[in-house]
Amino acid sequence: MSETSVKRSGELSDAGNAEAQSRTPLIADLRLWALIGLVFLLVIPHFVYPVMVAKVLCFALFAAAFNLLLGFAGLLSFGHAAFFGFSAYVTGYCLQSLGLTAELGILVGTATAALLGLVMGLLAIRRQGIYFAMITLALSQMVYFACIQLEFTGGEDGMQGIPRRPLFGLIDMSSNMSVYYLVLAVFCIGVFIVYRAVHSPFGQVLKSIRENEPRAISLGYDADRYKLLAFVLSAALAGLAGSTKVMVFQLASLTDVQWQMSGEVVLMAVLGGIGTMLGPIVGASIIVILQNELAQIGSISTIVQGGVFVFCVLLFRRGIVGEIGYRWKSWRGRS
Amino acid sequence: MKLMKTILMAGAATALATAANAQDGGGISNDAVKIGMILDMSGAYSALDGQGSVAAVEMAIEEMGGEVNGAPVELVSADHQNKADIGSNIAREWADQENVDLILGGANSGVGIALQEITSEKGVAYINNGAASNSLTNESCAPETGLHWTYDTDALSNGTAVAMVKEGNESWYFITADYTFGHNLQKTAENAVKENGGEVVGSVAAPFPTQDFSSFLLQAQGSGAQVIGLANAGTDTQNSVKQAQEFGIVQGGQKLASLLLFLTDVDALGLDAAQGLTLTTGFYWDQDEQAREWSAKFEEKTGSKPTMVQAGMYSSALQYLKAVEAAGTDDSKQVIAQLKTMPIEDAFARNGKVRADGLMEHDMFLAQVKTPDESEGKWDYYNIIRTIPGDQAFQSIEDGSCEAAKEMASGGEQSN
Repeated sequence: MSETSVKRSGELSDAGNAEAQSRTPLIADLRLWALIGLVFLLVIPHFVYPVMVAKVLCFALFAAAFNLLLGFAGLLSFGHAAFFGFSAYVTGYCLQSLGLTAELGILVGTATAALLGLVMGLLAIRRQGIYFAMITLALSQMVYFACIQLEFTGGEDGMQGIPRRPLFGLIDMSSNMSVYYLVLAVFCIGVFIVYRAVHSPFGQVLKSIRENEPRAISLGYDADRYKLLAFVLSAALAGLAGSTKVMVFQLASLTDVQWQMSGEVVLMAVLGGIGTMLGPIVGASIIVILQNELAQIGSISTIVQGGVFVFCVLLFRRGIVGEIGYRWKSWRGRS
Repeated sequence: MKLMKTILMAGAATALATAANAQDGGGISNDAVKIGMILDMSGAYSALDGQGSVAAVEMAIEEMGGEVNGAPVELVSADHQNKADIGSNIAREWADQENVDLILGGANSGVGIALQEITSEKGVAYINNGAASNSLTNESCAPETGLHWTYDTDALSNGTAVAMVKEGNESWYFITADYTFGHNLQKTAENAVKENGGEVVGSVAAPFPTQDFSSFLLQAQGSGAQVIGLANAGTDTQNSVKQAQEFGIVQGGQKLASLLLFLTDVDALGLDAAQGLTLTTGFYWDQDEQAREWSAKFEEKTGSKPTMVQAGMYSSALQYLKAVEAAGTDDSKQVIAQLKTMPIEDAFARNGKVRADGLMEHDMFLAQVKTPDESEGKWDYYNIIRTIPGDQAFQSIEDGSCEAAKEMASGGEQSN
């Protein structure tokens, strides 16, 4: 009797495993989806204006970087525009005045953002919740004022006509298409870094800190160090996105350091679904495409954006991707 | 001999082919003249720019009968939301894919300069009306494709300063918005004051933006200067003017000069607060009969009187279309070159001409805001004190930093 039951349960669990295994490759295999996504992104600039798609990718990376902090470490930063915008100025300066090649310019911009993130992070992670948000906001406003005052940023006129210097000094970047593929490469690298960070022991610790910080500390993890590392990583990736955007638009302006931009990236992440890999990317695409399409209709752009946000918060609490994932899971759980 | 003949024939054939190409290059491309407007329709500048500007350009197109040399005129517009990347994205798309021939730029200097860079790169004609920055015709100039039409920071601050000093208001004190724009305004005005025999007794830099101007205003009041120059814009100007009123500065005998003020600012402030303010404007609806007539039509269409930016939009679109008609082509460089040969005279512009550096030099007006008693109703806000001839209002090419225009000028002299 007991033998059979053991055997039966063994069979059941085997069957369950087999079923789970056969299911996994079909719908949940990330590699497959990543491949489909990549092919899509490789082909799309031939159908849609490439500068537009490149812009979407820059903001998607920005939102993914932000989501690393909010979604996985539970830290709501309200100062990410500082990294995004200031690194753009630094890259612009490197390309325009120092004559560095494209990849060096982007790297210097990213490094600057990481450094800025280290300084801001050291101060900000001492507090949590609303205080953390306020400290990051205050510090990013300081960066904003610096950008208005500093000579090299061009004040409110911004920095314009930044040359698209050749990649590695060899590959010509003057056409929209070549810039697009540079952006795509940077985007893939950036998103891969986020993915690795989240799906690593480091990411697990971050999630545990998000869920219960005192408990993580009691287990022997130095929570502050993990949070700081996440903050710096997120800042660097936001800087990477900002620097790459300079290559696309050949300009750096105050818009990108303003606090509204910090708010916009929150909107992108929340709209798409925080704590999901795909969410911020979807959210950023929606916001950027909305802004661009509505621009040509007239004065209703911000109103529609607000409407979409309210609609999503009311109907999809978990964000668009988060909600779809949740529904999918509960539907599969039932059947 | 035979070889010679072949060479000659080949030469003639090439010459013919080039001539034919040149003719293909002329004419209206894509059988339409397409005008694209990139403006602020939803932000801080939407009242002085925005839908009113679109309406003004529609009026210009109607005036041309909706077509030029048989080709229809099309109009598209977009809201740049005060973001340089949105503006430049749209401009690139229009240039690359939609065959837009002319881009009219609205307020916001950051977007304005970005648009000038892109249009110059893409060979699209560009006329800016809303942005104030004088760098459009100085270090960022693109004289072959880009024009600056309605006003710039030089004309406004210079015009006001020169005119007021000449009227005997010799000592000045500046309250300056503490960023590049504010400092530029102050510098231009300061130079003008000094050149005309006035003196600057002091200045204070107020952070941008500022809500509470009381300490700055008290310093200005205490300085005893005859004129307090406000080198700021937008809400800063509105706040400082309102608070100056509360301190009774104008009533106390000092004069308040705003270096950048629009009709819509005065409308927002109300005459009680704004009365007595001296300013320079490129256009005032009540400046003369022609302007009144056009403004009445504009008001019928939109429900408000035009600002100088909106009137400038009308003028630039109209003159551009006339230039296309005269040049027989919508090739940007040829049309811009044509514009530079034409006298600019319409409901907006008095004694206008487009200079080599791309600046449309025209008469400006020194105005003083009316008291509530003087005003006969809504929009009746300014007394025009006098006309400032264009060559006095704007900075000369020689004093500017548009190297391309200077080279053109010196090259022209040499060939003469």
